[in-house]
Amino acid sequence: MKKNIYFMLCFLPLAILLAACSSEDAPQVPDTRGVYLLIDTSGTYTQELEQAKRVINYILSDLKPGDSFAVARVDTGSFSEKDIITKATFDARPSASNEQKRIFQAQINKFLKEVKSSSHTDITGGILQAIEYLNESGAGHKTILIFSDLKEELRPGFVRAEIPLALSGYNVVALNVTKLRSDNVDPREYLGRLEGWKQRVETGGGRWKVVNDLERLESLLEI
Amino acid sequence: MSFMDVYMIVPSAFASGMIWFVLLAALLYIAREPAHQAITSLSRVIHNGLRLTANAVARAEYWMLQRNKDVLLAQGREAAERMIEREFERIDATVRRDLAEYPALHRRLSEEATRLDEDYQSSTEVPPAPPGWIKAVEAVAKIPAKGDPVVSNILEDIHASLEKASEDAIAQCRKSSRERHQILKGMMPHWRKVAARLSEVNKNVESLLMRSKSIDRHMAEYEGIVQGTNQAVRTLSSSSITQFFVAAFVLAIAVGGAAINFNLIATPMAEMVGGTSRIMGYPVANIAAMVIILVEIAMGLFLMESLRITRLFPVIGALDDKLRRVILWAAFIFLFSLAGIEAGLAYMRELLMQDAAATRALLRADGATEIVQNSHLWITTAAQMGMGFILPFALTFVAIPLESFVHSLRTVLGVLAVALLRGLNWLLRLLGNVARFAGRMLISVYDLLIFAPLWVEQLVKGSMDKKTENENAVVDSETNSSFARDSM
Repeated sequence: MKKNIYFMLCFLPLAILLAACSSEDAPQVPDTRGVYLLIDTSGTYTQELEQAKRVINYILSDLKPGDSFAVARVDTGSFSEKDIITKATFDARPSASNEQKRIFQAQINKFLKEVKSSSHTDITGGILQAIEYLNESGAGHKTILIFSDLKEELRPGFVRAEIPLALSGYNVVALNVTKLRSDNVDPREYLGRLEGWKQRVETGGGRWKVVNDLERLESLLEI
Repeated sequence: MSFMDVYMIVPSAFASGMIWFVLLAALLYIAREPAHQAITSLSRVIHNGLRLTANAVARAEYWMLQRNKDVLLAQGREAAERMIEREFERIDATVRRDLAEYPALHRRLSEEATRLDEDYQSSTEVPPAPPGWIKAVEAVAKIPAKGDPVVSNILEDIHASLEKASEDAIAQCRKSSRERHQILKGMMPHWRKVAARLSEVNKNVESLLMRSKSIDRHMAEYEGIVQGTNQAVRTLSSSSITQFFVAAFVLAIAVGGAAINFNLIATPMAEMVGGTSRIMGYPVANIAAMVIILVEIAMGLFLMESLRITRLFPVIGALDDKLRRVILWAAFIFLFSLAGIEAGLAYMRELLMQDAAATRALLRADGATEIVQNSHLWITTAAQMGMGFILPFALTFVAIPLESFVHSLRTVLGVLAVALLRGLNWLLRLLGNVARFAGRMLISVYDLLIFAPLWVEQLVKGSMDKKTENENAVVDSETNSSFARDSM
C-alpha cells in the first residue's frame, strides 16, 4: 500500500499538470506571430518589388502553424481591405500549412506580374489598416514591415498627419529604404524622413527598426 | 515641545548632558535589580523555549531514525526472502534436473566399469604352453651320438622343427599381442565416457556447493537483518542509496528515450489533431503525443507486473494465474498496437518533413530550380519507423528502474530528513545558548551604563566594611584582656 502511495506521488505533479484547465480561458499572451507587410507600389519604387518577393518568401519559410501573415500594397489610399493582396492564418496541420504557403506565394507572384504603379503614397493609411488586421488576428507578437522609401505623398484632402498611431506592443520595421535623388543632394532629407517615422512610431508606443541589407533577414521577426 | 527643549535643562549642552546622565544613571541604578531580573527572565524564557524545541526536534529525529531503520529492515528482509526463495528454487531445479538422473548415471558407470573389467580380463597374456614333445627331444638329445648319422639327422630334423615351432610361437605371440592391443585400444572410448560422466557429476556437485554457499551468505545477511544489527542497517542503507542513484541514472536515460520518442510523433500528431487550442500553454497535439508515450509506459508496467518481474501493484501479482495471463496478453497487444501506430506516425513524420523541405526549397528558389530527390531517403525513413516501433518496447523496461527508484526514494528521503532535523536541532541549541549568554551580556552592559553609582556603592561598602572590622577588633581585644584578668 505504501509503495503505491510513493509511486503515485511521483506522478502526482504530472497528473496535476495534465488535468489543469485549457488555456483558452486563462488570459495569456499567445505564442503566435502576426506579420503585415506593406509594399510600396508608387512611382519608381515598383522596380524594387523583386526584392519584396525575396522578403515574402523568407517570411513564409519562417512562419509556423498558427501565425498570421498579410501582404498589402501602399498606393494612393491604403486604408482599405481592398489593398490587401493576400492574407493567411496558417493551419496547425503541417501539410495544410505548407499548402497555404504555396498558394500564398502563387498569389504574390501573380500580383507582382500585374502590378501597376500608383500616383500617390499613403503609408499612414497602410499602417492603420495593418493595426486593424493584426488586432483582429489576436497574434501575441505583432510586426509591421514597410517595404518603401518612406516618402509619403498624400492626395489632396486626405487626412493622415493628425491621426495617432496606436502601436503599443508592435514592432515596426522599415525595409529597403532607398535613397531618392534629392536625398543624395541633401542627406538630411533622408535622415529627417527616417527620424520622423521613428518619432511617430515610438510616440505611438511601438518599436522602430530599419533594415536595408536584405541579405540579413534573420533579425526581421525577432520578438 | 521639541527634543532640544526637553534636553536643555541648563543653557550649556554639556552640563545638560551631564545632568541627564546623572539622572538616568540614578534611575537605572534604582531599577537595577528589577532590570536584571527582567533580562534574566527574558533570556531564560527564550533559552528554555529553544531548548524545548530542540529536544522535540531531537525526539523527532530519533523517531525518524527508528522509522527509517524499520522501513529499511522491512525492505531488506523482503528482498532477502525473495533472493533466498529464488536460490532455493534454483537448487530445486538443479537437483531435479541433474541429480534425478543419478540412478541412470550410476547404472551407466557400472556398465562401463564392467566392460572395462571384461576387456581387461581379455587382454591378459596367456603364455603359450610349450609343446609336449619337447621332453622327447630332450631325451633324444641326451642319447650319446658316437658319430651316428641317424641321430644327427634326427637332431637336425628336430632342430628344424624347433625352429619352425618357435617361428609359429612368435607369430602366435605377435597375433595375440595385436589382439590384446586392439582390445586395450577399444577400452579408450569407455575410459573417456567414464571420465565424462564423472566430470558431469563433479560439475553438478560443484554447482550445488556454490548454490549452497550462496544460500549460506544470503541466510547470514537475512539473520543480520532479522536481528536488526547496525552492520545490516548500514549495508542496506548504502545499498539503497546506490540503487537510488543507479535507478535515477537509468530513469534519466529512459526520459531521454521518451523525449526522442516524443519528437518522433509530435509533428504527425499535430497533423492528426490539428487546432490551435492549448492546455496549460502547451498545444493539444503535444499533450496527445505525451499521453501516447505515457500509455505505452503504463502498458509496459502492467506487462512487467503480470510477469511478476516487478511488484509495484501487488494486486496484479496476487491475481489468479488465468486472469494474470489475460492481463499480460492484453497489455502486450496494446503495446504492440501502439508500437505499430508509432511506426506509422514516424513514417508520416518523414512525409511531412519532405513536404516542408520541398515547400522551403520552393520558397527560397522561387520555383526556378527543380528539387533534387535524395535516393538514400529510404534509410532515414526506415530508421525512423524502426525507432518508432522499438522505442515503446524499450520503454517497457523502465518499470524495473522505476521500482528500484520508488523503493530507494523512501530511504534517501528518510536520510535527508534525519540530516535536516539534526541540523535544525543544532541550530536551535545554538540559538538557545546565544539567548542565554546574550542575557548575561545585557546585564553586564546595563551595569556598564551605571558604572558611576556602582563605583560609589563599592566605595561606601568598602569603608563600612572597614569600620565594622575595626569595631570588631576593639571588641575582641577588650574581651581577651578581661579574660586574661579573670584567669589571673
